[in-house]
Amino acid sequence: MLDTQRPGLTHACVAVLRRDLTLAWRQRGDMVLPVLYALIVTSLFPFALGPESALLKRIAGGVVLVTVLLAMLLALDAMFRSDIEDGSLEQLMLAPQPLALMLGMKILAHWLATALPLIVVAPMLAGMLHLPAAVMPVLMAALLLATPLLSLLGGILVALTAGTRRSGMLLALMLLPLCVPVVIFAAGALAAAQEGLPWIAPVAWLGAALVLAVVLAPLACAAALRIALDS
Amino acid sequence: MTSHAPLLEARALAFHRQEEPVFGPLDFHLDAGELMLIEGDNGSGKTTLMRVLTGLLRAEEGELLWRGEPLTWDRCSGEVVFLGHQLGLKAELSARENLAFTIGLHGHRNQSGIDGALTQVGLTGYEDEPVRKLSAGQKKRVALARLLLIPAALWLLDEPYANLDRAGIELVDALLEAHIAHGGAALVTSHGAVQFHGGEPQRIRLHA
Amino acid sequence: MANWIPLWLHKLSSPPVFYRFAGTLRPWAIALALVLGLVALYGGLVLAPPDYQQGDDYRIIFIHVPCAWMGLFIYGVMGVAAFIALVWRIKLAEVVAMASAPIGAAFTFITLVTGSLWGIRMWGTWWTWDARLTSELVLLFLYLGVIALYHSFEDRRQGARTAAFLALIGVVNLPIVHFSVVWWNTLHQGSTIKLLGPSTIAPSMVWPLLTMVVATKLYYVASLCSRVRADLLSLEAGKDWVRQIAENEVRG
Repeated sequence: MLDTQRPGLTHACVAVLRRDLTLAWRQRGDMVLPVLYALIVTSLFPFALGPESALLKRIAGGVVLVTVLLAMLLALDAMFRSDIEDGSLEQLMLAPQPLALMLGMKILAHWLATALPLIVVAPMLAGMLHLPAAVMPVLMAALLLATPLLSLLGGILVALTAGTRRSGMLLALMLLPLCVPVVIFAAGALAAAQEGLPWIAPVAWLGAALVLAVVLAPLACAAALRIALDS
Repeated sequence: MTSHAPLLEARALAFHRQEEPVFGPLDFHLDAGELMLIEGDNGSGKTTLMRVLTGLLRAEEGELLWRGEPLTWDRCSGEVVFLGHQLGLKAELSARENLAFTIGLHGHRNQSGIDGALTQVGLTGYEDEPVRKLSAGQKKRVALARLLLIPAALWLLDEPYANLDRAGIELVDALLEAHIAHGGAALVTSHGAVQFHGGEPQRIRLHA
Repeated sequence: MANWIPLWLHKLSSPPVFYRFAGTLRPWAIALALVLGLVALYGGLVLAPPDYQQGDDYRIIFIHVPCAWMGLFIYGVMGVAAFIALVWRIKLAEVVAMASAPIGAAFTFITLVTGSLWGIRMWGTWWTWDARLTSELVLLFLYLGVIALYHSFEDRRQGARTAAFLALIGVVNLPIVHFSVVWWNTLHQGSTIKLLGPSTIAPSMVWPLLTMVVATKLYYVASLCSRVRADLLSLEAGKDWVRQIAENEVRG
């Protein structure tokens, strides 16, 4: 055998993370776009519904949630797109590392690059719609649990569309049934908090779903990719 | 592993796409220290054969054995390096960063380093240039540097001579000779005549 | 001993055998479906007595309920076929899964339309965010996603396998959606409306309903047969058995 130095798992994970984050940073203009989009959509609501504070307060949580979801959907398509086009994904699949774990790292990098900026501006978006300050921590908790969940579920779907050419609308159609429960529980927590009711249960459900997704979604993503590229 | 099974063996390997035959049936075997040239015109299925050999594509007919056992993508991963039409380089990253990522995933041969590899493929002075700014031939050379770093027993090179100048072609030949001399094996596709100095390679001809 | 069943299934999964089998099954299934459907309609629309609360409006359940069951049943069939297609890579299973999707989507669509027609009469609104209606809508989107994904691939077998994977994700997702929607409904108590009252159903209403359930199943079988036959012909266009059929058609 050839004398070799095989890198460990941690080493490989760090390599994937570092590369994807470096790429995201080099193209940070793309990172700003979803944030800008969320800002525009949120600011349209008062124009459409009128600046009445009580109404805005009531819908604030849901609007921010859906806006963040749509902004993430906007960026979802790009998760593996460039990797498929330049052949990096094939190289990743041929590497002597577990593909699911590597894809998990890619999803993590994508979440850090797209969802984290959205979470950072979320309090501002919510503030524009007069969300009560007491509900703000619940909003952050819901977003911190719901956005990685969406990234993970989205990752599977993006992998499924890997063999097709353009997939923007298709992704939206496929993601809708998957994100219904996520939206329901995240919004449920917000609604409960706003009414002064206990909101731990829906947040706990989100957390449980996230734990499951962290384990299963990368595996499903790897399987989907192998099926979608097998031709 | 001291089995006498060849490194890679194909038995009646054939591939169909939507019931149209793409190539095959093919029979061949490749041992360590051997080179095989796959020749054929455009559309004769060379690239598809390469993708089948990497395990990314599954051939419905025939058998493909890796060290005597059925080849699946996880059995040979890490022992095979594939250089395709898409080089797998990130345009926004420099040559050095691209190779650092490769090493992170695959590890590297002892006594090899990124700088040494880049010098060997003639890219001194371009280490930190974003790959997007390099010419097509220089990009190919970055991808060739990967061959020097990754510890792989089998090289699958799809059209390695494309986009290369005379010096580049000689470089590929030199890399192949050194790889074969060290007990590696390689499959190379090309649509033109290839001259190889290190002994007569096996040849397979594909027909459209 | 009883290994003739797997043997028979194995034989049936070969495209030419299934093509002939589906060809003989189809006319019987469609004829029976028509007869039973007409009988059920007569029983439901004429013989069954009007409901003491809803009058004649309730009669839409003879279409609505069987279609709703079929929407779920076909998704189940599609899920099983998708699983078989992915695990054992059987071409027939891929074709069955993909041929089922449009039929299931149609049944789900009919369920939604008849449901809202009923809703206008009963609740005065054609749509309400009831747990069952919402789940049904999500089911329709699952079907549409599978169909859209299937058609977005150039290679049809690759498209079928990918869409089959999506169908399996849907199988996991559907109970979660239903659970979350029910939870959501209890959270927003105000808008909940009881779909079916506690009224017991008279036997004269039950038999047309069950007859219609059988009729829709048979219609599905017939429709599936013709779709699978057509898909098999185009997928296997290069094979000898298809050429033979084409030659016989020309001669006949």
